[in-house]
Amino acid sequence: MSAKSPAAPAAGPRTPLVAVAGNPNTGKTTLFNRLTGSDQKVANYPGVTVDRHAGHMRLPGGLDISVLDVPGTYSLSARSREEEIAIQSIAGLGGEAPPDLVVLVVDATQLSRNLYMALQILELEVPLVVALNMTDVLESRSESIDAEALARELGVPVVSISALKGAGIQELERSIERTLTNPKTALPGPRWTPESTELRADLDRIADSMPPDWIRGSPTRARALAAWALLSVDAPDELHGVPDAVRRLALERRARAAADGRQVDAEIIRGRYDWIDSRMGTFVRPSRRGRERSERADTVLLNPWLGFPIFLATMSVVFLALFSWSEPAIHAIESTFGWVSDLVRGAMGPSIARDFVTEGLIAGVGSVVVFLPQILLLFLFIGVLEDTGYMARVACLMDRIMRSMGLNGRAFVPMLSGYACAVPAILATRTMERQRDRTLTMMVIPLMTCSARLPVYTLVIGALFPPTMLLGFAPVQSLLLVLMYLFSTVLALIVAAVLSRTMLKAPSVPLILEMPPYRMPHWPSVLRQMVQKSRAFLSEAGSVILLCTIALWGLLSFPKDPGLEARRDVLAAQVATLEAEASTPDAQARLDVIAAEQADIAGQQLRSSYAGRLGHAIEPTIEPLGFDWKIGVGLIGAFAAREVFVATMGVVYGIGDADEESATLRDQIHKEKRANGEPVYTPLVGLSLMVFFALACQCMSTLAAVRRETKSWAWVAFLFAYMTALAWVASFVVYQGGRLAGL
Amino acid sequence: MILRLGLSPRMLHTSDIRPGQSARLLQVGGERSFRRRLMELGFLPGTSVRLVRRVAVGDLVEFEVRGGHISLRASEAVALVFESSR
Repeated sequence: MSAKSPAAPAAGPRTPLVAVAGNPNTGKTTLFNRLTGSDQKVANYPGVTVDRHAGHMRLPGGLDISVLDVPGTYSLSARSREEEIAIQSIAGLGGEAPPDLVVLVVDATQLSRNLYMALQILELEVPLVVALNMTDVLESRSESIDAEALARELGVPVVSISALKGAGIQELERSIERTLTNPKTALPGPRWTPESTELRADLDRIADSMPPDWIRGSPTRARALAAWALLSVDAPDELHGVPDAVRRLALERRARAAADGRQVDAEIIRGRYDWIDSRMGTFVRPSRRGRERSERADTVLLNPWLGFPIFLATMSVVFLALFSWSEPAIHAIESTFGWVSDLVRGAMGPSIARDFVTEGLIAGVGSVVVFLPQILLLFLFIGVLEDTGYMARVACLMDRIMRSMGLNGRAFVPMLSGYACAVPAILATRTMERQRDRTLTMMVIPLMTCSARLPVYTLVIGALFPPTMLLGFAPVQSLLLVLMYLFSTVLALIVAAVLSRTMLKAPSVPLILEMPPYRMPHWPSVLRQMVQKSRAFLSEAGSVILLCTIALWGLLSFPKDPGLEARRDVLAAQVATLEAEASTPDAQARLDVIAAEQADIAGQQLRSSYAGRLGHAIEPTIEPLGFDWKIGVGLIGAFAAREVFVATMGVVYGIGDADEESATLRDQIHKEKRANGEPVYTPLVGLSLMVFFALACQCMSTLAAVRRETKSWAWVAFLFAYMTALAWVASFVVYQGGRLAGL
Repeated sequence: MILRLGLSPRMLHTSDIRPGQSARLLQVGGERSFRRRLMELGFLPGTSVRLVRRVAVGDLVEFEVRGGHISLRASEAVALVFESSR
């Protein structure tokens, strides 16, 4: 940390930095959104996959400030690199600029626990303003907090606000401005100081070993950081910024204290809480009513009999809405891109440039944008579930299942997101604490049935399975689709269970899960989160999908055969003249003949293209699965993004614009024959193909996202290898097993 | 002192407490970082803690401590030892 920390802040006027900190679920992000409005930027903390939200605002008196949203924590103590961000942001370590002021958002209904962090910040000698949130909730319980008494005892400004309703924000802004111009009014010094001489000796000894940028000339700050190190450093921890001398001394001092029968952790924590508890009576006029409504709701929502069914019903509604609400938007996007493509095709003469723009560029952008409706909706639902507090209950209900796979209930949200798209789901693993848990979750997310597999399933099921009813009431086609979802989910669970017992074996970490009270969602925050996540998808996955689609177009179109090209142009000219003539039966018949020859040329062109050669090259490896080289070409195409398979098969069979509903494509699939006259596609081949798509890692953007989040090519390689192997084996078993069974 | 309490018959475990009942914490055990986190959340010896409910499906126990509601796994909540009120 000392080596790469920046120089002291430049002299002269610079924009003051205000850090917004607080416990999780205190309304911290809501306040941050209120302060900065739309003037926000999401980036990454260096070396850690935690979103860093920063923004700008102008205070009422005209002062411009930068605002940083510090990730929510209960304490500044840390064990993981992610938790370390809190102390680095507030004390200005590890490359983070030291804030001129910290605004601590305090949940008035849980005052003593929230004040614990206030004491930690005051020990560090950082100017502090307390934003006392949810006082309205407190009042509804006929409880109240004496903000003035609290300000007096803490020695810093305290402003009552309601982040949700926007009350008290102006007051807070004025207080921030006053404090920035006169920081002394918010620097009262530590509230709690260790009483025992032993602990003081421990802290002084550790403080002596600190580098200058930790101490910054303040013995008080040095002692505070010593207390932080004493609580945080552990023999196995993931902290990165702690100087070796500090680490060694902290471990040594703690061990020595333990040998003397002293528990330094308890001593420090107890010291702070004793300070708070002895003064609570002066701030709070309590009336023990608690959060009755939330508790009553939980007697139903966490009920042993009703809890799980209600959860399943909620998820079913979410999924039904996800598919049915997104459908009109998806159709609109598809037809818009089709229309633009036609427009360009009409405007440009036939040329390679035209093909590149329509089949490469426009189709590529289209295949990215088409995912947006489902992704937006999924993050809307997740945002609502999180903001209302129900997600904590879901984590509760799912914990036992998740535990059996070596994960905890928090892995549920990322896995759920995987049903829309693996890329944002992989980004969502950041809510988990341990790198190992995140890696494990990332290794199974790509098995979830994402929306890109749906067009493939729709095409195969529609073409190869009869629309009949099983036992007279169950539609075979829908049943198959549900079966594919169940299949991938069960497999993901099995893979997670296996990995957590082998490659990613780790001691289980105790779960500490806060259950926030239920409340109405703050819509602007939910919508902002939805937009930010979708933007992450567009920039992460979008560029990869676009590049792959263009590369695929190149593979399918080159090399060009001049003879075929010339013949194609002749045919195109003939079509133009025939269409200009009246639509006589004779002209129509000739058009049909030409169309057949055009399809034949397209087929020949494909066979000699790079993609066609690749398809032929891999044919021996996919033949045992029941696939021919044409399917091979589709599989190669699907590595850009799975749904590209459908369009590629359209090209393979010489059908212009094909989608999964296309009757011509279904027909062609139905009619396609092998050399010996047997049909290529049987229901068994279809099943084998769907199993392959369910399991194979055919998504470059997923691999790119995993690479970014794990910072390791080894995991990327492993993910690709195990999924492809699994897909091949499973399809082999399905196809060969089916053949043995006489299907 | 801990030794004496360890032998005391007045110790209660989470499983001995009925939902809705409050009890005073006597000891916080468990692995160090878990214990530190619990203490920082307010689970300190001497603090009154209410057992809000048991979530049977997930096998979790929900506690109320210092106004906050925290769920722990039943198997991990054995780290908390309470004092019998009588």
